Amino acid sequence: MVGVVIVSHSQKVAEGIREMALQMSAPEQKIIAAGGMADGGIGTDAFQVSEAIISANTGDGVAVMVDLGSAVLSTETAFEFLDEELRAKVQIADAPILEGAISAVVEASLGSALAAVIATAEGARTLNKC
Amino acid sequence: MSGELYEVISAVGETIIGNRQMLTDLDAAIGDGDHGINMARGFEAVKAKLQTLETESDIGKVLKTVGMTLISSVGGAAGPLYGTAFLRAAVPSQGKTELDVETIGLMLEAAIAGIKERGKATTGEKTMLDALVPAYEAFQDGAKTGKSVIECLELACEAAQQGVEFTKTIIATKGRASYLGERSRGHQDPGATSSYIMLKALLEHLRRQ
Repeated sequence: MVGVVIVSHSQKVAEGIREMALQMSAPEQKIIAAGGMADGGIGTDAFQVSEAIISANTGDGVAVMVDLGSAVLSTETAFEFLDEELRAKVQIADAPILEGAISAVVEASLGSALAAVIATAEGARTLNKC
Repeated sequence: MSGELYEVISAVGETIIGNRQMLTDLDAAIGDGDHGINMARGFEAVKAKLQTLETESDIGKVLKTVGMTLISSVGGAAGPLYGTAFLRAAVPSQGKTELDVETIGLMLEAAIAGIKERGKATTGEKTMLDALVPAYEAFQDGAKTGKSVIECLELACEAAQQGVEFTKTIIATKGRASYLGERSRGHQDPGATSSYIMLKALLEHLRRQ
């Protein structure tokens, strides 16, 4: 099952999105929050992200959901800390973080492959709300 | 770590920490107002980490540690960007205990390539590259005419300062400031400014020696 990592500048945002996504997931679905800095401040930490990716991987790869700016830079930096095998199986979804995370988790929990999980997460960009 | 190396990095770090408010104010005008806070947090962490490297004389190893520390402690986009820059600069300086003009040129080149790659950025986008690229070019011009490290750095600092001034004339197309579009014009870029003050701190420290 594809794992999902949520990278936000805010620990609360990442954990809140994880909680919401858990409601939609299979019991064995890995969803790891990587939000904020070690000191509790606002920001993103590439090492925390790389550890989260390792924890989220059960062999089928990991979809990473990001919020703004440096979340993308930190995630791309985190990819450099991974071994090559895992690096080939992680991808950032170009999607809104909350809607994308929930869509990704629903798709991943069905047992879909990484490409399908990313595509579904990115589909959340056009989700109509009203 | 040699006393000299420790002092150079400390001097750069103290300058960033001392300019925390100025960098934050610049960022508040066109971004999310955290550049100074983030950079100061990063260099406070570097300062703590330097204590564990007292016996290390390999410049490359020390710069690698600085890069890793910035990546894990800055928090904003500057973390991965400057972090990558230091990690890349650590490659040509690996195993070295002293630096000459040629090696510093290679370090700047590698650092800039890392920033461009990580930020998918180039000059003219109102970023740190608008200070660093002209600084590198001026440094290399000095190197070609056989100038000393300090003379080359003087040229680099002058070019970086002009680069910072140039960022006032253009609009941001990268980072949080790009949300402001035309309204970002007239403001100097905080990243270009932090790059310039780091180079200047390095130069001033070497002049004092």
